[in-house]
Amino acid sequence: MALTGVEIFKLLPKTNCKKCGFPTCLAFAMKLAQRQASLDLCPDVSEEARQKLGEASAPPVRPITLGTGENAVKMGEETVLFRHDKRFVNPCVFALGIKDTLSSEEIEKKINEVRNSVIDRVGQKLKIDAIALLNDSGGPEKFENAAKILSEKAPEIPVILCTTNLSAAEVSTKLYSDRKPVLYGANAGNLEDMSGIAKNYKATLGIAASTGGLNELSELTEKVKKLGVEDIVIDPGARKAKEILEHNTLIRRAAIKKNFKPLGYPIITFAQREDNLLETLVAALGVAKYSSIIVLSSIERWKNLALFTLRQNIYTDPQVPMQVEQKIYKIGEPTEESPLLITTNFSLTYFIVSGEVENSKVASYLAVMDCEGLSVLTAWAAGKFTASKIAQFIKESGIEGSIKHRELIIPGYVAILSGSIEDKLEGWKVTVGPREANGIPAFMKSRMK
Amino acid sequence: MAFIPPKETYPGRVYSVSIGTGQKEITVGGENVLPFHSFEGAFSNRPLIAYEIHDVPPSDWPESVQKPYLDVCANPVSWAKYCQDILNAKAIALRLIGTHPDRENRSSEDAAKTVKEVIDSIDIPLIILGSNHTEKDSSVLIAAAEASKDRNCIIGKAQEANYKTIAAAAIANNHKLIAMSELDINLSKQLNILITQMGFDKEKIIIDPMCSALGYGLEYTYSVMERIRLAGLAQNDPTMQQPILGDVGMYVWKVKETIADEKDVPLWGNTEERGIAWEAVTAVSMLIAGAEILVMRHPKAIEAVEKMIDELM
Repeated sequence: MALTGVEIFKLLPKTNCKKCGFPTCLAFAMKLAQRQASLDLCPDVSEEARQKLGEASAPPVRPITLGTGENAVKMGEETVLFRHDKRFVNPCVFALGIKDTLSSEEIEKKINEVRNSVIDRVGQKLKIDAIALLNDSGGPEKFENAAKILSEKAPEIPVILCTTNLSAAEVSTKLYSDRKPVLYGANAGNLEDMSGIAKNYKATLGIAASTGGLNELSELTEKVKKLGVEDIVIDPGARKAKEILEHNTLIRRAAIKKNFKPLGYPIITFAQREDNLLETLVAALGVAKYSSIIVLSSIERWKNLALFTLRQNIYTDPQVPMQVEQKIYKIGEPTEESPLLITTNFSLTYFIVSGEVENSKVASYLAVMDCEGLSVLTAWAAGKFTASKIAQFIKESGIEGSIKHRELIIPGYVAILSGSIEDKLEGWKVTVGPREANGIPAFMKSRMK
Repeated sequence: MAFIPPKETYPGRVYSVSIGTGQKEITVGGENVLPFHSFEGAFSNRPLIAYEIHDVPPSDWPESVQKPYLDVCANPVSWAKYCQDILNAKAIALRLIGTHPDRENRSSEDAAKTVKEVIDSIDIPLIILGSNHTEKDSSVLIAAAEASKDRNCIIGKAQEANYKTIAAAAIANNHKLIAMSELDINLSKQLNILITQMGFDKEKIIIDPMCSALGYGLEYTYSVMERIRLAGLAQNDPTMQQPILGDVGMYVWKVKETIADEKDVPLWGNTEERGIAWEAVTAVSMLIAGAEILVMRHPKAIEAVEKMIDELM
C-alpha cells in the first residue's frame, strides 16, 4: 500500500538540508506521498529507506518503454481511473498487426503504411506507433523470416513479437535484443522458457491468461517476476467488448485503488474484427478504458484520424485548458473586404466560434488571441483580454496588410471594451458582436443587408 | 497474492424512464452501475439510438449523410417511415429546425402539423426537438407537445432561459423533458433543481449536458457525463440520476473531418468512411461515459454502434 507523508518522513534523514529543493524533510515527504517528487532528489537517504520507499512510491502501473530511440513510446504510469481526476499519463500505443503468412512484398507495403501514418493535429504529430508481428503460420520459419524483414527494413519501428513458439520467440527476440521489443505469448505452459528469452534479450514479456482470467494472470506475473523479468505487459484474454471493459476496469482498479502489484502493468488489447468499423469502435473502447497497446488489423487513414483524435482528446490534461495557436485564422476564403472578428485561444471557444462563423457562410478573418487558454469572460476578468493587449495584438498581427477596412468585431460579453480599443487602435472602428457564438450566423446575416 | 476482484457497489441508481406507448414502448436507464459494468450490478436496459429527421429537407447536411435519405427527406413523414420500416429504427428524433428564424422560420402551427403527421405515421417512440432558438422554441415546443399529447414523447430542449414554458407543456401533455445546459455539471444540476421546483417529476427529466464532436471538445462532454453518473451513483444525488442524452449527429456533421473532400485532404482518407467513423466513435465515447440515449444521423454509423452495444451488453 502507498505510504502516507508522515510514514515517509520517518524514513528520511530529517536533516532539513534543503538539497532536494524543498524547505524541510517533511515538505519533501508530502510531495513524495503525492507522487509529485522523486526520491532521487535526496542525496542522503539510506539504502534501507530507499528500498522501502522505492516499493511504496513505485507507480501503481509499472512504466514500460516500447522500442528505443526517437520512436520509443512510454506506457503505464497511470494513477487514476477517471480523466477528470488527473491527466491520463501515457497515451496508448496503436500497433498494426502483420501476419507472418504475408509475402515479403506485402510486409514491406504494411511497413510503409505505418511509416506514412503520421498526421499533424492541433500541433501534435500522431501516428501508428508499432507493429505487432502475428504468428498465424503456427510454425517458426515464416515468423523468423518476417521478423528479419521487419528488423532490416524497419529497424526504427517498435515491435511486439506475438508467438508461443519457442524457436520463433528465441530467433526473433534475439534480432531485437537491446531494442526493447515486447515478446508476447508467455502462458502457463511456456512461462519459464519465455521468461528466459525475455531476460536474455532485455525484452518486455507479454503474458496472456487463458481461461483463468485475472486470477490466473496475477499468478503468472508473480511467477515471471520471480524468474527475474520485471518489464511485463498483460493480456487478460478478453476479446469481446464486454469482457475488455470488465477486465481492463478491474485491472486498473486493483492496481490503483488496492496497489495490487501483480496486475500493475500495461494492458495489451487485440481489437481485430472482420468488420472494420466495429474494430474501430472496439479500439475506441480500449482508448477510453485503460488499454496501453491496441492491436489493429488495418490502418486506413480515416480510421487512424478518428482513433488518433480520440486518443488525443482522452489523454488531454483536464486541468490545463487546451489552447490553440495565437494567429489570424482564415475561415473560408476571405478577401480584403471580409470581416475581422476577435476571440480568445481557449480551444473550445475557438472551435465553437470558428464553427459558427463557418455556419454563417461569410468568409472571415478570426483573430485568436493568446489568453493562456481562458474563455472570453474569464480572460477579460483576469486582465488578459484587455483593450491595450487587443490593440497590440491586432497591430502586430499584420492583418492591416490583408484587409482594406478597419473594423474589428468583438464578443458581446466585452462590449465595455469597445471605446478603449478605439482609443488605442487609431483609425479603427469597433463593432460589438453577439454575446454567444450561436448568435454569429444571424449577426453576420444582418450585416450583409 | 490472491486476486480479489475490486467490484464496486453504489448507493444510487439511474431512474428508469419509459418513452412511447403500446408494444413499442422503450425503457432506458435503471442501472445501478457505471455504463456496461454488468459484472458488478444491473445494466439491463439497452441504450437507445434515435434516428434524427428534420421538418424541412436537410440542405445543410454534408453530402455523405444526405445521400442515404435523398429519396425520402423531402417529406418528414416518408423520412420517418423509411427510418422505422426500412432501417428498423427503434426511435425517431424529429428536429423542428425549420422553425428557426434564420432558417425557414416556420410557424408553431406548421410545426405542430408536422409533429402530428409524423407521430400518426409511426408506432416507435418520438423525440421532439426544437431549433435551439430559446425564444422560438418556447412557442414551437408548446404547440408540438399538444400535437403529440399522451404519446409519451421526449420534448426539448429546455434551457435556463425557457424551461418554464416548455416544462409546463411537458407536464400538461404527459411528456418527458430534456434539460440542457452547457458542459458544466453544476449548471446541469441547477437546471434540474429549477425544473423540479416547478412541480415537474424529477424522474421524467432527461439530462443533456451538451454534446461535442470528436476532436472538438469531446473530452469535456465525456468528463461531464462521467461526473454526472458518478454523482448519481456514488454520491446518490437524486438531482443527477436521470438518463443522459447525447445529441451526437448535429455536432458531428458540421466539423471539417466529416465534410472535407479527400481530394483536399488526402492524408485524412475517404470522406464518407471518415464521416461515418467520426459519428460512430463520438457516439461510442458518449455511451462509455454515460449516455443512455443518442440522437444520430448516418444509418451505417448507427448500425455499427448497435453492433458495438451488442458486444457490450
